[in-house]
Amino acid sequence: MNKPTHIKPVLELKGLQKSFGDNHVLKGFDLRLFEGENLVVMGKSGSGKSVMIKCLVGLLQADGGSIHIRNHDITTLGQKELDVLRTEIGFLFQGSALYDSMTVRENLEFPLRRHKAKLNITETNEVLVLEALESVGLAHAIDLMPEELSGGMKRRVALARALILKPKIILYDEPTTGLDPITSNEIIQLMRSIQKKYGTSSLIITHDVDCARVISNRIILLIDGINYIEGTYEELIQSNDPEVKAFFKS
Amino acid sequence: MAASLQIFQKTKAFFIEIGDISFFALRFFKEVFTKPFEFKELMRQCYHMGNRSLLLVGVTGFILGLVFTLQSRPTLMEFGAESWMPSMVSISIVREIGPVIIALICAGRIGSGIGAELGSMRVTEQIDAMEVSGTNPFKYLVVTRIVATTLMLPLLIVFGDTIALIGSAIVENLKGAVSYQLYFNQVFDALKFSDILPATVKSFFFGFAIGLIGCYKGYHCKKGTVGVGEASNSAVVYTSMLLFVIDFIAVFVSDIFFEV
Repeated sequence: MNKPTHIKPVLELKGLQKSFGDNHVLKGFDLRLFEGENLVVMGKSGSGKSVMIKCLVGLLQADGGSIHIRNHDITTLGQKELDVLRTEIGFLFQGSALYDSMTVRENLEFPLRRHKAKLNITETNEVLVLEALESVGLAHAIDLMPEELSGGMKRRVALARALILKPKIILYDEPTTGLDPITSNEIIQLMRSIQKKYGTSSLIITHDVDCARVISNRIILLIDGINYIEGTYEELIQSNDPEVKAFFKS
Repeated sequence: MAASLQIFQKTKAFFIEIGDISFFALRFFKEVFTKPFEFKELMRQCYHMGNRSLLLVGVTGFILGLVFTLQSRPTLMEFGAESWMPSMVSISIVREIGPVIIALICAGRIGSGIGAELGSMRVTEQIDAMEVSGTNPFKYLVVTRIVATTLMLPLLIVFGDTIALIGSAIVENLKGAVSYQLYFNQVFDALKFSDILPATVKSFFFGFAIGLIGCYKGYHCKKGTVGVGEASNSAVVYTSMLLFVIDFIAVFVSDIFFEV
């Protein structure tokens, strides 16, 4: 396991717990994401991966444990402080979550309207939107509506929107789900190129083994609400643990 | 035993929902006066709800005036009181029928639209995306829509009432050979401040109710396409019920302040 311990993590979860009634989804999940790292969290459908990532950005309230993002404990932050911290985090939703009443341009301008001045961004909206769209290869789609885009294009626009405020951390919730193998591969390559260009740290939630193999520096397997095992892709595929074997074989 | 338990559970759920809607309304009042004010989105919603409802409200108002006059004419003629037609129609429409019918029409068009729109935004994680981008979705989506319906409904009701009176005047002109000038002179003679003020005030409450329930149902939509359908449907049902409750209270209160 090549887990760097000498540097401070940009994102840290300790003992995260979350239940829905009697359904205990997370039972003390731990995670540390380091600067410039691609950390993949894998697990079966319904294992609580999306719940974990939503707790991370404050969309869901954790029942227990601590969440530190860039030295801020988000469970103690007020709404204003949380909103400011959220500008440092890009989030790619599973279904892209583009605002369907707005054009691609307006979708990308939306985060700028509230935070551009606060973040001392001097470039015009036009320049920022075009730069983000060019980095995902979709500058020509600037005035299209989301309904006019294919699944892969939607995912790219959503990625451009996540990048528009130049975040330090990007969270990907199932980035390749629902896409064909060729488009999935394009999205994975795009994620890699974005990380190189912007130097971001990425937390990727997926059950796509190919995606994990190509992109991960480290993988955590989430089973029964805890981090069952952690390691590089090569370490995990050589594991003799039946659960890990079953997961990677499937 | 099972039936009574079921009734108890349903009653309990109903009162819990009333409580939730009250908290939702309280949150609206808390956030409506705090910055940032989303004027651009508010204007967009006002245009969307006001301008695009004009045709529906106009057609409804016109038919309302037409039918009301046609139906009332024979009875008034029986008593030789057809000269009372303009006063009777104007007071009925301005005071009661116009606001209630137009509010119900708007509950169907605007309330269900808000419920479905916010519901699908919830289901497709667009509301979450807004929150993650550091924008308060309650302020951007809910506050603007409730303010827009509250401001637009009185204008739509005034417009609908006017068209209804024009419809009525056309019938009177064709059937009773009453000139338009005479008809509207009688209308303005009959209408008093005590007819117009309570109707106008209650139309603001009607607009608030349509926006509030539509937004509440959409914002708290359950997952899936079934959830969106339910949000849209129950927004209309709840709003229609609430409109009658508000109307009853408005009549009761205006009865205290003005001699009806």
